[in-house]
Amino acid sequence: MMRGYAGKFLEIDLSSRNVKDTKFSDEVLRDYIGGRGLATKVLWDRLGRKWETVDPLGPENILLVLTGPFTGYFPGTKVCVSGKSPQSNGVIGSTVAGEFGVDLKCGGYDGLIITGKAEKPCYIFTCDSQVEIKDASPIWGKKARETLRFLVRKSIEEIKDVRPSYGEVKEPSVLYIGPAGENKTRVAAVVAKYAHGAGYGGYGGVMGAKNLKAIVAKGFGPVPDVYDKEKVIDLAQRFSEWNFEMERFRRWGTGGGGYFFGAETSSEPVRNWQNEWHDKESYKKEEFDKYWVKKNWGDFGCPTTCLKLAVLKTGRFRGAICDNPDYELEAYLGTNLGIFTPEENIYLSYVSNELGLCGIQGGAVLGFAAELYEKGILTKKDLDGIEPKWANVEAFTALAEKVAFREGIGDILAEGVYRAALKLGKIKGADLLKYAVHEKGVAIGAHGVRSGEDFIAKNIAYACSVQGGDHTSAASLPLDQGGELSSIMADSAVLCIFAAFGIEDNEKINFYEGLTGWKLTRKEWYKEKAPRILHLQRAMLLLGGPDAKWRPKLDDDNPLRFWEPLPSGPYKGKTLDRKKFDESRLEYFAAAGWNENGVPKPETLRKLGLEDVEAKLKDVALIK
Amino acid sequence: MKTNRNNQIWIKRNYENCSGCRRCEIACSLHHEGRIWPEASRIRIFMLIPGVEIPHLCFQCEDYPCVEACPARALSLNSKIGAINIDASKCTACGLCIEACSGNVPHLHPEGNYIVICDLCNGKPKCVKACQEGRWNTLMLIPRKKEVSYKTLAKKPQELTHEVAEQILGEETAKEVLG
Repeated sequence: MMRGYAGKFLEIDLSSRNVKDTKFSDEVLRDYIGGRGLATKVLWDRLGRKWETVDPLGPENILLVLTGPFTGYFPGTKVCVSGKSPQSNGVIGSTVAGEFGVDLKCGGYDGLIITGKAEKPCYIFTCDSQVEIKDASPIWGKKARETLRFLVRKSIEEIKDVRPSYGEVKEPSVLYIGPAGENKTRVAAVVAKYAHGAGYGGYGGVMGAKNLKAIVAKGFGPVPDVYDKEKVIDLAQRFSEWNFEMERFRRWGTGGGGYFFGAETSSEPVRNWQNEWHDKESYKKEEFDKYWVKKNWGDFGCPTTCLKLAVLKTGRFRGAICDNPDYELEAYLGTNLGIFTPEENIYLSYVSNELGLCGIQGGAVLGFAAELYEKGILTKKDLDGIEPKWANVEAFTALAEKVAFREGIGDILAEGVYRAALKLGKIKGADLLKYAVHEKGVAIGAHGVRSGEDFIAKNIAYACSVQGGDHTSAASLPLDQGGELSSIMADSAVLCIFAAFGIEDNEKINFYEGLTGWKLTRKEWYKEKAPRILHLQRAMLLLGGPDAKWRPKLDDDNPLRFWEPLPSGPYKGKTLDRKKFDESRLEYFAAAGWNENGVPKPETLRKLGLEDVEAKLKDVALIK
Repeated sequence: MKTNRNNQIWIKRNYENCSGCRRCEIACSLHHEGRIWPEASRIRIFMLIPGVEIPHLCFQCEDYPCVEACPARALSLNSKIGAINIDASKCTACGLCIEACSGNVPHLHPEGNYIVICDLCNGKPKCVKACQEGRWNTLMLIPRKKEVSYKTLAKKPQELTHEVAEQILGEETAKEVLG
């Protein structure tokens, strides 16, 4: 009997409305675990052969929402959303916090595999083994708050119908999209609660393309049994106690970053990355603290509760609610737009959340438009009368609405910074790519590499990542020390990296063995299993298509802006060293088993049992 | 029903502090069911709107209307600590105790055909321990006092959500969120 897993996945074809259970063999689960790893495997098996022809926003794409064996047991809970990404055209494992994964597993499912496209707007409702595809017309076009309110109320009533004498029914978990997802923008998140988002990858748009507004899950069962309960509970308690002592992180979350990464490390996006330094006292964590109505907010099992609940109770932005904002949103919906006051940042985060935009991708495209406006490349007329001057909250709000609803200029900006730069460049007859700070179609996380001082991102962090600009999957060397192969572990297990700071790989592996009863060594993970997932992701990233394709090595480079020297601050004049970067990249390629052009070597693929990948890369002449 | 309240205990809840971590549900279900089982937990966190998390568990009314209402005598008072004990073998799942409770606290076990209610873990509630060790201080163990009417605190999750939402979001915003 399988331990740590519910043992089956729910497969729903929205075109035919067919619903069935899908199982994976022990071998597949042992190799790919769950979450990002398993999503990659499913996508390769089902779409790999025709990958370059699959439109991420077409009915052929597959949306995966997967838990892992860690879900429900490891302190803090996430679920992993994946599919062919409309940003990178490869595979991105995008995680989001909340109780959704727990509800799924308690309902008897390890995940959802969603194919096809519904004829009309719909949402999926699951309660234990009961699965229904329901009409979403009352909430199609609605923003976050209204969507969630409708779904929670209606679902509770429906559960009460099934369990009439149960007593009070607790709300189910909901993943949903806002207008940005419905309108198939490439900058839309899959959202939980108000502001928990699986943003990287752009899977909100994938849901929209499937006419899928939301997924509601309720599980009445226990979390699936594990192999060695005593060991698992004991380890979980030890991990929790470790987290209880992370006092600074518990107190401030990532919300201290809005000042720190600007003032101390010069690695925060400021005005569309024209700078990475600022020292605005108004953006210190204590200034954000004034708006936190809950200083500790978290999700199922979390010992850290690093989130904070920010509410604007008075003033012209009264009514705005959002979590923290966390550092990424402080940066992308703050400093990157020239905003240095918490109140305005909280408000814009709220606007972005309500629209279902990814705070990073959406914020990046707003900053991109603002710089083009500043430079006179985009005019007031081009922008439908909007004048996005730095720090103009009203203008950014109006522009965000345009993006989410794909109206006017928003239709182009909704494509994200990379594609918008190409489209606008064509219209304006200019090369605008230097204003698009992205890696393989994914706007870069709010951690710059120019100063060299950021502790997340170094020179090849994004350039060599199989998830492009995703700062939670940054590439680094040596391969087996906290780089992308570790991210693959976190996203496949599926665990929250914020509740796993300082917990050694061996302890996580020990936990995994306790959950599943399956043996795993560190060496097996770093030499075999994780590289296999990495190579599948790399292969699909290089196959790309149909609308974007990345050239190995040439496109394995930093955004153009990162080669410009920092204009001011303690690291003024500093930028990346081209020679050192080239060396690091070559070193990374070699360590990963890729040739000097970044293409996986046939012998590496064979060693990992990926002969079919070799054949496919030969077909498209990537392997000569 | 009169009882001597000496040595009896009560779980005080500071709703506005609840982080929503649900570690109380984990601790409770591990203790009572031997596994992590949120729906079988005797304390349940209701999150009818995100940010307003309501730990919902027995309020220990001074007149124990649930015990009075049970036609099968499945519910009894543990007068030593002031908690309800349930004899699951006698419970017929008629639901009368839920109706009798002004907070609608009792609920059916998700798989068995019987009611579950907090029994205060025989004096050492695991939920309180879980909440305290993380220093959230949402749940606090205090002596049960003669002069306090706990029944007046017993409210349904929806009512508590409205009250707490107004408190932490402000009246106007709460109204907008609750719709």
